[in-house]
Amino acid sequence: MSVAEPTVPPTVASERASDTRDRLRQVFRSGTFLVGLVIVLFWVFCAIFGPAIVPYDPYADDLLNALMPPSAEHWFGTDQLGRDVFSRVIAGARDILTIAPLSTLISTVVGTALGLVMGYFRGIIDEGVSRVVDALLALPTVIVALLALVALGPSNATVVFTIGFTFAPIIARTVRASVLAERELDYVFAAQLRRENAFHIMFVEILPNVLPPILVEATVRLGYAIFAVASLSFIGFGIQPPSPDWGLSISANYGLIGAGYWWTVLFDGSAIATLVVAVNLVADGIQGALDE
Amino acid sequence: MNRAAHLNGSAAAPDALAFEGLQVDYRVRGRLRRVLRGLDLRIGRAASYGLVGESGCGKSTTALAAVGYLPRNGVVSGGRVMVDGRDLSGLAPAELQKLRATSVSMVYQDPGRALNPSMKVGRQLSEAFEFARIGPRDAHDRSVAMLKSVRIADPLRVMQRYPHQLSGGMQQRVCIAMALANNPALLILDEPTTGLDVTVEAEVLDLIQQLREDFQTSILFISHNLAVVAKVCDRVGVLYGGALVEEGSAGELFRNPRHPYTVGLLRCLPERGRRKGDGPLEAIRGSLPSPGAVIQGCVFADRCGLADETCKEIPPPFFDIGHGHLSRCFHHDQPVPRETPSTAMLRGNRRSAHPVLAVENLSKTFNPKGLALPVLRQIELALVPGETLGLVGESGSGKTTFARLVLGLLEPDDGSKVTLDGKPLATRLRGRTLDDVKALQIIFQNPDSALNRAHPIRRIIGRAIRRLSGATGAAVLAKTQELMEAVRVADRYLSARPRQLSGGMKQRVAIARAFAGDPRVVVCDEPTSALDVSVQAAILNLLVDLQARRQVSYIFISHDLGVVRYLSDRIAVLYLGRLMEIGPADQVFAGPHHPYTEALLSAIPSIDTRGAERIRLSGEVPSAVNPPSGCVFHTRCPRKIGAICERQEPPLHRIDARHAIRCHLSVDQLAGPQTGVAAAGKSA
Repeated sequence: MSVAEPTVPPTVASERASDTRDRLRQVFRSGTFLVGLVIVLFWVFCAIFGPAIVPYDPYADDLLNALMPPSAEHWFGTDQLGRDVFSRVIAGARDILTIAPLSTLISTVVGTALGLVMGYFRGIIDEGVSRVVDALLALPTVIVALLALVALGPSNATVVFTIGFTFAPIIARTVRASVLAERELDYVFAAQLRRENAFHIMFVEILPNVLPPILVEATVRLGYAIFAVASLSFIGFGIQPPSPDWGLSISANYGLIGAGYWWTVLFDGSAIATLVVAVNLVADGIQGALDE
Repeated sequence: MNRAAHLNGSAAAPDALAFEGLQVDYRVRGRLRRVLRGLDLRIGRAASYGLVGESGCGKSTTALAAVGYLPRNGVVSGGRVMVDGRDLSGLAPAELQKLRATSVSMVYQDPGRALNPSMKVGRQLSEAFEFARIGPRDAHDRSVAMLKSVRIADPLRVMQRYPHQLSGGMQQRVCIAMALANNPALLILDEPTTGLDVTVEAEVLDLIQQLREDFQTSILFISHNLAVVAKVCDRVGVLYGGALVEEGSAGELFRNPRHPYTVGLLRCLPERGRRKGDGPLEAIRGSLPSPGAVIQGCVFADRCGLADETCKEIPPPFFDIGHGHLSRCFHHDQPVPRETPSTAMLRGNRRSAHPVLAVENLSKTFNPKGLALPVLRQIELALVPGETLGLVGESGSGKTTFARLVLGLLEPDDGSKVTLDGKPLATRLRGRTLDDVKALQIIFQNPDSALNRAHPIRRIIGRAIRRLSGATGAAVLAKTQELMEAVRVADRYLSARPRQLSGGMKQRVAIARAFAGDPRVVVCDEPTSALDVSVQAAILNLLVDLQARRQVSYIFISHDLGVVRYLSDRIAVLYLGRLMEIGPADQVFAGPHHPYTEALLSAIPSIDTRGAERIRLSGEVPSAVNPPSGCVFHTRCPRKIGAICERQEPPLHRIDARHAIRCHLSVDQLAGPQTGVAAAGKSA
């Protein structure tokens, strides 16, 4: 029997192959994404090279020049110990940009694994895990974090793990919802019909297809994680002195605003705000490109 | 209903719809892709125009352009759309809104999604009237009248219901009623019967024909199904690659097609009575042009058997063949050569008497929220090697459940028995041996869902080979290539991902995967219903070819009886989870057959419209929660004989060695003309 071989004209094939590239190009064409990306990259640069390039040692006291207003010499002024605020803001990116991404990574990995298990097995396993997740979600992150930090003692590692684990349930719920839709697709049945085990189906078959929503969710969580780290540092349970961390600096100096020393707080506050907003802009940009 | 008054008595009423050289582009990720390439068509007053074409040729874009409702990324880049004599491009948004409210209406493919699920039907319908400036009290009365005119027997009761409480056919009637509320000059029906069962489709088509007479509305009927269009339209246009390639009156165009694409489309359908033993189906080679492809000459040249250099360089104009029959082909006066030699296929099927697969007493009851929902009841059938068993029935008849039970994806009720080569199979997949699992595989309906879109083709097929045939290392690649060749997909697609392939190619890959472990039985669950007609034929040919080479048995599930007949050796008819009839394909089609089979067969729309009078099924498929007593079909049976049908479930009685029917009527009565029996039944 002869049946003409079906052929796709090469133009069609190459056009479809460039689909992924188109999508990427679309992400980069989005204004919000680019603005966000530039700001995030700026802070990442500061986190990596900041301490090496700043004009003053961010830890060096200079009590004679304490609480100087912004000037040509000290662009952002000095704090009550006479440390250069500009240098501290630039160098302050390092701790928060280590802790927040690490905790986001932990929450994403744990949350994804939980979500896959809940969505794939459904039934009793889903019910059980879901109730625990609901219970965890009902507790405010800061309260849980406080308890953990009191029990384990404040250290950067504790902050990473507490934020990581308190955010995991939220990611787990998002992943679960995607997996529930995905597991109804026939390729999951096809995998069962060649006797694949549950681990293979969850992590090799389903996971690659739910990565896009996970990526968006992780980016959004990163924004929250930055905020959470700053908050914990502010109340003294996060990053510990003498780090030039932003939350910590605000905490040390906010009493001075009333006295007119606004520069000791404003620039750190702006740093947190720009970073959080920028991360959310990036998340929006990715989401928009995926929706199209 | 007097449109002339609305037009202030202007001399000649303008066309209800006219496209003049319409070009539409979509902006996709920053690139403009042309979807309509200069579409010309006009629909006169009270005319019905059928637009046929395959997916991606611009049907839905045409419909949306007609109401000025293109998606946000759609741009009219040339030409005009005139509705009721008015140019849409010149209208302000408010005027466009008004035009939509008063002159055009649209009915969509999926009535379940077109209706608001949280609003009672009556309220939605009245709203449609109020939108057409009719007061609330009047609107209610008009709603009742309108539901009556779409042949809904009990309008007041229907109006008190929510959409999900109605069947698909009823929902579509309600949608049509809503569309007619503003007494439109133009009614656009976009694949209005595609999601419906064949018996319901027949009802809806009847209704549309009757409404044409009642309302004098112009109709633009869009469909991929040639037979459906042939049934309701006077004039038909064939759309390909965003332009009309042929246009003519329905009868003339289907009898005497003069464009190679139309000829190809008509040849792809299994003709009445054609069987796989008679030779392969005609297929159109290649695939549809992708949206945005730059085409210099004739849009169809790449796939055309007649194309020459001229065709590839110069776009052909319309040639008038007479009687308003137009063809956009330079070679409209030449016969189109056949693509596939019509040699009879190898028929080396030496059938053994021992069934490869047998099910006995196979039942399945779902228990949602404490309800007992028997979806399959005591199915008994067997399959010999190399045989194809066609499984037909409307949606909800249990076809897919049957497939999943056999495959072990669902657990049947206690007492059910499935045997493979005479040995009982574990009911759950987990309890089956590797050999059992290898022996039973499936080809799913939708390749987009069946192939993991994250994995390249090499991995999709390779993994199946590794798991099912135990091959390792270089043997996997060798076997992959062998399978790719068997399903005729070029090796260069090995590293491609599913979305880079066309629908037909994806289904070929899915078929290759199903054959990875040399299966004994393959369940084909509507394998071509998600594909275009021109691709369907090639896939069916492939299935037949693989069967002849590998002696595999098929359980072929389909709602398309033409396809089932072409492919099947035997046919089983399911209704509400019961086996109503089983027998050799020829006998099931030729009769005597079960009254339900008879109704199914007569509901198939055919391009040959001179067919016999159709048997209409009244009522809806009853709910499985509360199946009718006695014979489950008695509520809709045109041949019901009396109380016995309501009291006693008829046995599946054999009318010969291979053919059995579940009916109280005797073979002679079933073979007799239907009207006589029905009359006799009434007098009894």
